[in-house]
Amino acid sequence: MNDTLTKKDFKSDQEVRWCPGCGDYAILNVVQKACATIGKPKDEVVFVSGIGCSSRFPYYMDTYGFHTIHGRAPAVATGVKTANPDLSVWVVTGDGDALSIGGNHLAHILRRNLDINILLFNNEIYGLTKGQYSPTSPSGTRTKTSPMGSVDRPFNPISFALGCNATFVARTADNNLKHMSTVLEAAAAHKGTSFIEIYQNCVIFNDGAFEDVINKKVRDDRTVDLEPGQPMIYGKQGDKGLRADGFNMTRCAPEEASVWNPGARSAAAAFTMSTLDQEPAMPNPIGIFRCVEDLVFEDEVASQVSSAIASKGRGSLQDLIYAGETWKIE
Amino acid sequence: MTFTTSSGELPLELAETVVIRFAGDSGDGMQLTGNQFTTASALVGNDLATLPDYPAEIRAPAGTRAGVSGFQLAFSSKDIHTPGDAPDVLVAMNPAALAVNIKQLKPGGLVIANTGSFSQQDLLKAQCETNPLADGSLDGFRVIEIDINKRVKEALADSGLSSKDVQRCKNFYTLGLMYWLYSRPMEPTQAWLKEKFAKRPELAEANIAALKAGFNAGDIHQLFQGRYEVKPCTDLDPGTYRNIMGNPALGLGLIAGAELAGLELVLGSYPITPATTILETLAGFKNYGVTTIQLEDEIAAVCAAIGASFAGKLGMTTTSGPGLALKGEALGLALMTELPLVVVNVQRGGPSTGLPTKTEQADLNQAIFGRNGESPIPVLACATVADAFECAIEACRIAVEYMTPVILLTDGFIANGSEPWKLPRVEDLPRFEVKFHTDTENFLPYSRDDKGARPWAKPGTKGLAHRIGGLEKEHLTGNVCYDTDNHEFMVHQRRDKVMGIRDSIATPEVKGAQEGPVLVLGWGSTYGAITEACNLLKQDGTEVGQMHMRHLWPMPAGLEEIFGRFERVLVCEINMGQLAGILRSQYQHTEFVSHGRVLGMPLQSHEIASKIKSLLK
Repeated sequence: MNDTLTKKDFKSDQEVRWCPGCGDYAILNVVQKACATIGKPKDEVVFVSGIGCSSRFPYYMDTYGFHTIHGRAPAVATGVKTANPDLSVWVVTGDGDALSIGGNHLAHILRRNLDINILLFNNEIYGLTKGQYSPTSPSGTRTKTSPMGSVDRPFNPISFALGCNATFVARTADNNLKHMSTVLEAAAAHKGTSFIEIYQNCVIFNDGAFEDVINKKVRDDRTVDLEPGQPMIYGKQGDKGLRADGFNMTRCAPEEASVWNPGARSAAAAFTMSTLDQEPAMPNPIGIFRCVEDLVFEDEVASQVSSAIASKGRGSLQDLIYAGETWKIE
Repeated sequence: MTFTTSSGELPLELAETVVIRFAGDSGDGMQLTGNQFTTASALVGNDLATLPDYPAEIRAPAGTRAGVSGFQLAFSSKDIHTPGDAPDVLVAMNPAALAVNIKQLKPGGLVIANTGSFSQQDLLKAQCETNPLADGSLDGFRVIEIDINKRVKEALADSGLSSKDVQRCKNFYTLGLMYWLYSRPMEPTQAWLKEKFAKRPELAEANIAALKAGFNAGDIHQLFQGRYEVKPCTDLDPGTYRNIMGNPALGLGLIAGAELAGLELVLGSYPITPATTILETLAGFKNYGVTTIQLEDEIAAVCAAIGASFAGKLGMTTTSGPGLALKGEALGLALMTELPLVVVNVQRGGPSTGLPTKTEQADLNQAIFGRNGESPIPVLACATVADAFECAIEACRIAVEYMTPVILLTDGFIANGSEPWKLPRVEDLPRFEVKFHTDTENFLPYSRDDKGARPWAKPGTKGLAHRIGGLEKEHLTGNVCYDTDNHEFMVHQRRDKVMGIRDSIATPEVKGAQEGPVLVLGWGSTYGAITEACNLLKQDGTEVGQMHMRHLWPMPAGLEEIFGRFERVLVCEINMGQLAGILRSQYQHTEFVSHGRVLGMPLQSHEIASKIKSLLK
């Protein structure tokens, strides 16, 4: 740990080029601060991204960075982390990049459980191509490519990640900086793939998409923060609770609220929480849905290599070439 | 090597080169039989070349023509270059195998037919209206009929195996018979069976019994007039040899290449015929510091390799044509970010899914041109199984010395074919140790050395944090830059760097005539067929020039001068003339004539020879 690092150390010399008012600024700010708190030397940190507004992120971090191609950041990050497990690797992606063109790679990095942190900026719209519906846009979303309303049914990113057996799944929002810091630090501390959906406002093409949930005036009543080991209490006055009732969640008085346990082996309760927002009377969960330990891909890969070397000895070129049945011609 | 001797009553005839084709149902174990015969012949000291030919389906309907699996090999006391245009001997385990392969057999050639599988029902499955063994269609061939099914059953009557397991020993009976006929030692196969069935010794014993029964049948049943012997090849250079197939040879070359660069190898791959066995080979060499990752798809495979290279390992990916198409965008990223990357494309019949198990050379245009934008990538191709090892090392050298993705082309013929490989001495291999950039003074990620390569600074290096990506780079700083003059400058920089590779490669040698009416030019796996064709002409007293290209992009220096010494250049390739087309665009004063066939098979020497002759008229 390096306690002399500050947020400034993680600012690159590049001019930030997001639209004024974009939610990305707040996220960048919190990530830079979180990196300083986490304390990993910046030369050992790598940010990998795909394509889209969010994917410009690495240019603004004074760490190693790789702005790759559309949807493929998880695959590139898999190579980086497997090649050097000592690096702290972060993937920055958006709803289109991660869940449309890159859906396959996201699914597979989550199941493999590399020790990588994935930040998915969800604004429910394609921003960089100027406002077409995305795989998280609600059905009926009217855009230039869906003038009569989108007929697609959307992905729920949290449900998606849980379905892939992700070991750390969380949600936060771009207007809740303190919450985002807490979640990011927990994600960094988790050994395994950490998936964080960040509600992010696109001020130009989908302004206010999450306003009715995360606006500071309503968010205490409209969201419930899933804190490990804490009762599920929400509301401005702390006057509401959620109680697990079999596979259902019911509203209850705060003193009857169930304690949230993201470490349950089964992802069933977390999955129930991920779909809670479909009921109008229910709050929208943020915080940590799931956090479980499991085998980590790059460690397993490295251990196979080292055990092969231990059992067979480090191979030499001579052994490599002169193996099997050979014969001599004089 | 001790020979198992027979009664010695039958005459032993010397043969120089023999071409055998084993053909049977996909489940008959013909590939295994062929490979065992190959190993035995290699240990006898013959030169050899093989051509496995099998369907894309693992088990097509039994007994049908679609399910026929073949394995052709040529073995010789002379230096040979191809598995032969036409077999001397066809071993047909059923009517379908006979029907599919008979048209390739040499006139007067020998057919060994397993009559046990020529029932009315077998003939029906093979769509034979009449029995070819009886209808006169085999007049002009020598036919040996033997009921292998029955003989195996008799030989293994006391084995205690089920009749199904007994019938699965048919291929070793057949192999034994062929070992007798061509005086091959049985010991290597027996040793192999014991190791293969270590956990089921009863199967090892049964197969060995079948092998011996087949061998002894040659004497007992007097099927043949005599036996043959093919003496060890004395034309091969002195040295230590092993028999190897193309894909494993290439895989070993990749491991060696990384080692010679002083790097650890990370292979990102996705199984695809006929490239898969390279991934399988490398997965077995983890004690060389080799990491293999089987990714979710072709794109992820190349992307993981790029990520590994960014992190300071030597990233590689292996694929076949359709996979290369999927990797196109990522190759652009690798060339834009100027990271080393080795891409192996084991070509197969295309387009689309095409002919997965058949060979072709039709991805040359894709390799050189198949990306968006001005995107030069060096391309090379291996000519033979042994050359696959060297080319893999050469691809690694170019990748790290020039900080560039490299495409190495091979094909299904080389991938699955085998030949004796003269083992190189380790101290003779080229070394090109990578020095990572560590100097923090004025670090410029897109500055260039005398080869035009940018510095490789890997994450984890103190003070060198920098960002790269697919957006256009500013000269020197590598910052995102949309300036149009800078773009044109960078396009030239990337082009010049790749074209500069020609300073590090030799002009190919011209064999045979150094000037004259025809230069025969090839690339990749056509080397053997072209060489054989030129040898055929030489026997007739005609000598032409022959040249084979390893480096296809950039092309080596000195070609213009060579082409100028010949009236025309005949370009032989397993496609519709792709290299010929590229050459026409590069060397406008030369007449290029194309000889291209796309039969899913290697080119035939006699066809090339007649094409050359037609140009000499």
